[in-house]
Amino acid sequence: MKTFRIGGVHPAENKLSAGKAIETLALPKQAVFPLSQHIGAPATAIVKKGDVVKVGTKIAEAGGFVSAAIYSSVSGKVNKVDSVIDASGYRKPAIFIDVEGDEWEESIDRSTELVKECNLTPEEIVAKIKNAGVVGMGGACFPTHVKLTPPPGCKAECVIINAVECEPYLTADHRLMLEKADEILVGVQILMKAVKVDKAYIGIENNKPDAIKLMTEKAAQYKGIEIVPLKVKYPQGGEKQLIDAVIGRQVPAPPAIPINVGAVVQNVGTAYAVYEAVQKNKPLFERVVTVTGKSLKNPSNFLTRMGTPMSQLIEAAGGMPEDTGKVIGGGPMMGKALANTEVPICKGSSGVLLMNDKEASRAEAMPCIRCAKCVSACPMGLEPFLLATASAHGDWERVEKEMIMSCIECGSCQFTCPSRRPMLDYIRLGKGKVGAIIRARNAKK
Amino acid sequence: MANKLIVSLSPHVHSGDSVQKNMYGVIIALIPALLVSFYMFGLGAVIVTLTSVAACLFFEWAITKFILKRERTTILDGSAALTGLLLAFNLPSNLPLWIIIIGALVAIGIGKMTFGGLGCNPFNPALVGRIFLLISFPVQMTSWPVAGQLAAYTDAETAATPLALMKMAVNGDAAALEQLPSTMDLFLGNNPGCIGEISALALLLGLVYMLWKKIITWHIPVSIIATVFVFATLLNLVDPAKYADGLTHLFTGGLMLGAIFMATDYVTSPMNHKGMIIYGIAIGFLTVLIRTFGAYPEGMSFAIFIMNAFTPLINTYCKPKRFGEVVKK
Amino acid sequence: MDLILIAVISLGAIGLVAAVILYAASKKFAVYEDPRIAQVSEVLPQANCGGCGYPGCSGFAAACVKAGSLEGKLCPVGGQPTMEKVAAILGLEAAASEPKVAVVRCNGTCANRPKLTQYDGVRSCVVANSTYGGETGCTFGCLGCGDCVSACTFGAIKMNPETGLPEVDESKCTACGACAKACPRAIIEIRPKGKNNRRVYVQCVNKDKGAVARKACAAACIGCGKCVKVCPFEAITLENNLAYIDPAKCKSCRKCEMECPQNAIIAVNFPPRKAKPAEETAPKAEPVAPKAEPVTEQPKAETPAQEAPKAEA
Repeated sequence: MKTFRIGGVHPAENKLSAGKAIETLALPKQAVFPLSQHIGAPATAIVKKGDVVKVGTKIAEAGGFVSAAIYSSVSGKVNKVDSVIDASGYRKPAIFIDVEGDEWEESIDRSTELVKECNLTPEEIVAKIKNAGVVGMGGACFPTHVKLTPPPGCKAECVIINAVECEPYLTADHRLMLEKADEILVGVQILMKAVKVDKAYIGIENNKPDAIKLMTEKAAQYKGIEIVPLKVKYPQGGEKQLIDAVIGRQVPAPPAIPINVGAVVQNVGTAYAVYEAVQKNKPLFERVVTVTGKSLKNPSNFLTRMGTPMSQLIEAAGGMPEDTGKVIGGGPMMGKALANTEVPICKGSSGVLLMNDKEASRAEAMPCIRCAKCVSACPMGLEPFLLATASAHGDWERVEKEMIMSCIECGSCQFTCPSRRPMLDYIRLGKGKVGAIIRARNAKK
Repeated sequence: MANKLIVSLSPHVHSGDSVQKNMYGVIIALIPALLVSFYMFGLGAVIVTLTSVAACLFFEWAITKFILKRERTTILDGSAALTGLLLAFNLPSNLPLWIIIIGALVAIGIGKMTFGGLGCNPFNPALVGRIFLLISFPVQMTSWPVAGQLAAYTDAETAATPLALMKMAVNGDAAALEQLPSTMDLFLGNNPGCIGEISALALLLGLVYMLWKKIITWHIPVSIIATVFVFATLLNLVDPAKYADGLTHLFTGGLMLGAIFMATDYVTSPMNHKGMIIYGIAIGFLTVLIRTFGAYPEGMSFAIFIMNAFTPLINTYCKPKRFGEVVKK
Repeated sequence: MDLILIAVISLGAIGLVAAVILYAASKKFAVYEDPRIAQVSEVLPQANCGGCGYPGCSGFAAACVKAGSLEGKLCPVGGQPTMEKVAAILGLEAAASEPKVAVVRCNGTCANRPKLTQYDGVRSCVVANSTYGGETGCTFGCLGCGDCVSACTFGAIKMNPETGLPEVDESKCTACGACAKACPRAIIEIRPKGKNNRRVYVQCVNKDKGAVARKACAAACIGCGKCVKVCPFEAITLENNLAYIDPAKCKSCRKCEMECPQNAIIAVNFPPRKAKPAEETAPKAEPVAPKAEPVTEQPKAETPAQEAPKAEA
């Protein structure tokens, strides 16, 4: 069975909600849409206080090429365009909409019927995806249309669908595959058409045998789609690791990107969003979110409208347990700890994870014993201990030389460290600084 | 929810591995060899081992508390106990108590704490202790009791070790090699030597345990053992009467102990697999070189010591294979 | 005897040869350095803090010698006396400069600014700042991890465990600016010490709107603009909901301090006010009494003439 070649770790899977069918979450009372839900320029609001919107009304326009439009997920009245505390605790501009009823834009095809045929040209498809505000649903939120527009000189050779879901606890993609297999496959075909290739791989880790079986059966009806079962290993869902695992090519160090080796990687959730956007005229305003945690009464997968506060999802899953010490947006390896639970669900929110006090606090760090386990675990072949120490001392030249920009922040090093050193905290700091230095240098040129 | 939410950067989970687990894991891996030494050397081995461990723990505690004045004591992390055990393994079972205590002081005091304690020492502390004793007390350190004298301690009868015989052969004593114990005896541990080094079998069991528990990787022990075997066999092919064969080299002296437990010391070995293999090959090469052409019959500890000094250099120039370095297909 | 003779002769010969080589090398590879650089270096404090903007004291000395004028050059550690010595050596005129000191512009003590979350990452302000908005509701205020403390080479900043804020020891602070550079939130400002060490400044950097800022911290500047109106010297500007007092224009009249409804403006090293100064400040622009009235004489009156007025807030 295939997997990526360098490093990797095996965190406990804890897929508590894998057996739970996707439920539709009730509408929120007020939906909040931060204008910056994606990588790139923030969107610009095109509604103002008092405007009436429907489900699927565009409320913010993309702020540039690397940006994405935002659509209302609810019908009602715009309460205000103000700032909201986002996941990082900082205030970011957002649109607040008071919910009244549930009236959808007429252009959206609300039937559940599968639409297989797509007669659009690749350019039309990309335009439609762009217009629908689709971004990478795995968490990084990179605008999808950008990925589907290869830079000059690069040519896509295949589409790779990321259905790995290597983060422990999360099951949103797994459930989506079980319940929307056909839609996903049509979405994949549209993606193939958009980048003009005739080969697509769907990488699924073999801890989801039911999904592998179902997808393999269904994929037989679609031309050029191959299901690739993968050995369970974190961080297989990392874009570069997935490409290595599926087609055995390694993307060179930054600034190289996947398209340099001919791969276009899209999340399985994105493929579904693409299907809905292209075939059903439905812009991206809802997604499947896993709400999970060991102390949680009822870990579930919810089809959630964007802008719903996370607290509502936690309530729906049985309420916040007494011993909650940490609320994480996303999975435990790469998710962000939240400073408050009123943060709205965004395009990239794949899960809400509650951890109890004991799991949540970090143990005291001991001195580095130079066991080299972080080096063995690093999927990028870096030396995390060195990057962390040099970053802590502010030796930016050295860390740049040691390829800190290759770090994908997967957390394998810190996960595996016997001395429990907070390596990634420092590496992120170093990455930020070195990134700024490189940008400044490029700007000078 | 009465308490405040905790916020930190990802990852939010941990493998559960700890320094203690690794240190005690190595100690567990040393148990088979310890039992063999108890069986072979009896009382002497027990006394030396206990003294060494106790002395190392005491010095670790005393230095952190009274000299470094650190609040947290580190004696429970297992590293001092491990140093004590490894030091004992490198001593003959008839060594007087006071020498052992001096060895422990040098190992912990000079070998480890002067550099800042756990994780900071450039040389393996147990080796520092052992080499200090070997140079300072050559007579006591090189008179090894014959196995099987269970009740004896400093009064045990001594004999020449296989390594001494091998040295004699190199120096022209044609009959020396024939006096060597059989390879099987060497493998099982029925031969004179330091406490922990006699039984290759028990030490290999320890290696299997450590590999299984993922405490160490195979790179260092395998590269050392393979190098020693190849190099010694080549010499043996040149002149079988002068040079012992490869297997004998492997099962004599501190080779197995060194390759499996001393050279693999986390702090003083290289940080990536490529470097580990270079380090292992160099140790194996130096060991045979010292054993065969040097003044001392045993070269393992010196070889490791020398390569410890090269570890930072190896770390600087030898980098792990970066992702994307070689684009294949 | 022979042995000793041989030893003496051979050692002597080796010594001689080495001496010749050294002499030749020192002549051949000699580098000319302006001797004044060494002289200037000598009078500098050798703290190598970099506060002057040059890499260490020798760098500064070289720059002084090379420049030909001391305009804009100041050793913040040695201050005016040192610069005069440098000027004497170089035969130049020392530029007049004002002694400065670091001030911490945050009064978000544990009491003023309740903690909402608990930070569990690396104890470093830079890392905490990049992690999230901080433990409290204020995303501008002090994070309390002490990057400024570790940046200070003079031991002039210490964390006060009670308030969770750093405090500057005026007598030790040399205004080298290392702390200001280390603070990821630019809370520390290097300000002129002021006449008689008396200075008035806004002890807050929160740019949020008034209501938000007030909710996060009881001592936050809410951008109400009262200080701007009351200032007779136009020294106060209001930008992004935050007041700033220009030290060049401020005449230390302390009217703004009295006016501030949040007690976000602080005056240090002034003698205690008389019991009822309310009459003097009574002629206000607007009669928004309710907010002006709790100008809380108490804490101000208690404000000691020395340092650390934050502790009691």
